[in-house]
Order: sequence, then structure tokens, then C-alpha cells
Amino acid sequence: MTLRRTSLYIPGNNPGMLLNAAVYGADSIVLDLEDAVSVAEKDAARILVRNALRSISYRDVEVTVRVNSLSTPFGREDFEEIVPLAPSVLRLPKCETADDVLRAEKLIGELEEKSGVPAGSVKLIPIIESAFGASNLPEIVRSSPRVAALNFGAEDYTADLGAERTKEGRELDDIRSRIVAAARIAGIQALDSVFADVNDSEGLFEEAFRVRRLGFDGKSVIHPRQIAIVHRAFTPSEKEIEYAGRVVAAIEEAAVRKSGVVALNGRMIDAPVVAKARKVLALAEAAGVHRIEESRP
Amino acid sequence: MSSKALGQAGTLESCDALVMVLLDAGKEGIVLEMDGPSLVSFEEDIRVAVSETLASLGISDAEVRLSERGALDCTLRARVEAAARRALAVLEKAGVEG
Repeated sequence: MTLRRTSLYIPGNNPGMLLNAAVYGADSIVLDLEDAVSVAEKDAARILVRNALRSISYRDVEVTVRVNSLSTPFGREDFEEIVPLAPSVLRLPKCETADDVLRAEKLIGELEEKSGVPAGSVKLIPIIESAFGASNLPEIVRSSPRVAALNFGAEDYTADLGAERTKEGRELDDIRSRIVAAARIAGIQALDSVFADVNDSEGLFEEAFRVRRLGFDGKSVIHPRQIAIVHRAFTPSEKEIEYAGRVVAAIEEAAVRKSGVVALNGRMIDAPVVAKARKVLALAEAAGVHRIEESRP
Repeated sequence: MSSKALGQAGTLESCDALVMVLLDAGKEGIVLEMDGPSLVSFEEDIRVAVSETLASLGISDAEVRLSERGALDCTLRARVEAAARRALAVLEKAGVEG
């Protein structure tokens, strides 16, 4: 399981931040060549990020790069400079159609071959941030085996809709649920948008916890201080882990006894309950807060 | 430095370097002027980074001014490359227009 509870954005033209990107404890980092870089600095940021990928060890942190869209004058050069360095993932902003993914996939394939990067190793995370993109979710997730997750971009999405983005976030419930459902069609992760107010820790936790309940697997962050808060929201609590362990133990014991019906605390344990429990334990193990063996009788 | 075929990249922020590359200076070889706190220990490494980066772009004659603020080798090389590419773009544009 690839943990992506947090994806920390790092401005691509800031050498100090590129150097320290791995030390904050995010599961994934996003070296950003898109919105964090002004048009006048696109070339310098591209060269800087390429050199950082060549020289800086990011250890076990997943390294991803948000390139510019291929429909801009900067996208193609971003791909040409970055793909040969074999980042784990390219994040595709303003993805609206399956064709956007296929164009990226074709170019990545050519560049992988040319530069000796193993075929298929650079994955894609489309970012959905427009009404048009939201109308094509199933096609986008099924368009390529490189698609590793679906990312939501709430700021651009609400701007496109002409909606107000509120802290309660009710205006986003529908699209968020549709993004989770689309991600599950392809068996991939759903990743939520950033929470812009870096001084509101409580609001961040509430939003992160709410989107986890909707089914999201993680959330983008824009400041290191947001990481621990989002991790807390996306990591199963002791109580959840303990309950999940008892569910799995009960179902395994029932299998030994060849018993068809299982109940725990008066509640029937059926396949979806067991599936959720196993997911909780897998997530807890990946997050390093639990070992699956310990839950077994 | 004149403003003809001049490229500049980087900043004076910590961990960065501000680099100016002038390509039509009329001087042979790489003329390098530098300042910054790392020169005491790494002047030769910085000279090598500048010359190798310019050589990789086919540039053998240039005037370079570099102010570094504790930049890593990969950052120095990135800033020299960006400045040089910008200067090359100015030359190319002048060639097309001329």
C-alpha cells in the first residue's frame, strides 16, 4: 500500500525548500512547476527541479512533480526534462478528459524509452479542478494503467463553478463523493484538495476527518505544520484498530469453526464490514501504528 | 555588463545564487566574478560548476557574475544554466531579427 495521507507542495523555484522537502514527514512531496511558479520563472524552475531530482536524496518519501498542462506552452518541456529523472508520479493539472491523460501517457512512454527509464514506471495523478473534468471522471480513471490516484483541486473547481468555497465545504460534498466513487472504479486512491488557511488547525482537522469519512485516502498540504494534523485525521485511531482486529479475529475464528454467521457485540459481521476492517488494519500497518500479525488469534 | 545578450537567473535568498551571463562581451574564455560566503571553502568547486555547465551548452566565451548565498552545487548549476539559456535566447532572437 502506497501511503499518500499527505502530499506536500514545494514551490519549484525555491532551492531551500526543495532541499528540505523530505524532512517534514509528508508521505508524498509535490515539486510544483505549475501554480507556484510565475510565468517568467517557468524555465528556471524546470531546470532547478530537474537538478534537484538528480542530486538530492528524498529517501523513502514519494517524489512527484506537478508539471504544467500539455495545453500550455510549458508542459512539453516540463515532461522532457523531468521524465528522464524517473519521478514516481507526474501530477497533471486541469485534467478534463481521457485524451488529456492519453497525451501525457504517450509522451511519457516515448521519453521513458529514449532515456532508459523502465517502461510504465512514471505514474500519473490527474487533478480534477473544473466542471468539465468532473463530468468525465469514469473515462479519466479508466484511460490508462498509469493513473495511480485522482486528485481534487477545490480552489479552481469552485472558481470554475462560480461557487463560494466555505469552511463547512457543503458546496463540495457532491463532487468529492463522485471523485471517490470514480477512483474506486479503477481501484485507485482519491486525494483531496489543500486547506488554504495554514493558521486554522482545527478547521484543517475537521475537513481532513470529514473527507476521510467520504472515502478519501489523503489530502494535499501547503505548509509543513499541516502534515501532523492531516496524518492524525487519516490514521486509524487505537479504538478503530482494536475493533477492526476483533472483526478480523471473529471472521477467521468462524472460518475455522465453519460457521456461516458471525456476530460481534450483537452486530452481524458480513463481507463489507470485514473488508472495511481489513482496510483499517492495512492502513494502520502502512502508517506504522500497528502490525497485522498482532490482531490474529 | 551591457544588456546585450545578457541572461539572469536566481535570487539572493538563502540557499540560492544570483547569476548573470553575458555572451557577447568580446572576451575570450570564461571570465568569472564571484562573491558570497561559500567562496572561502568552495571557490574552485564553483568555478568548475560554472565552466562545466557553460561547456555543456557549447559556451566557451562568456562573462559571468555570480553572487551565491550558500547554494548547493545542483542549484548553482541550475542557475548558471537558466541564465545562460536566457542569454542564448537573446542572441538567437537578435540573430533572427538582425
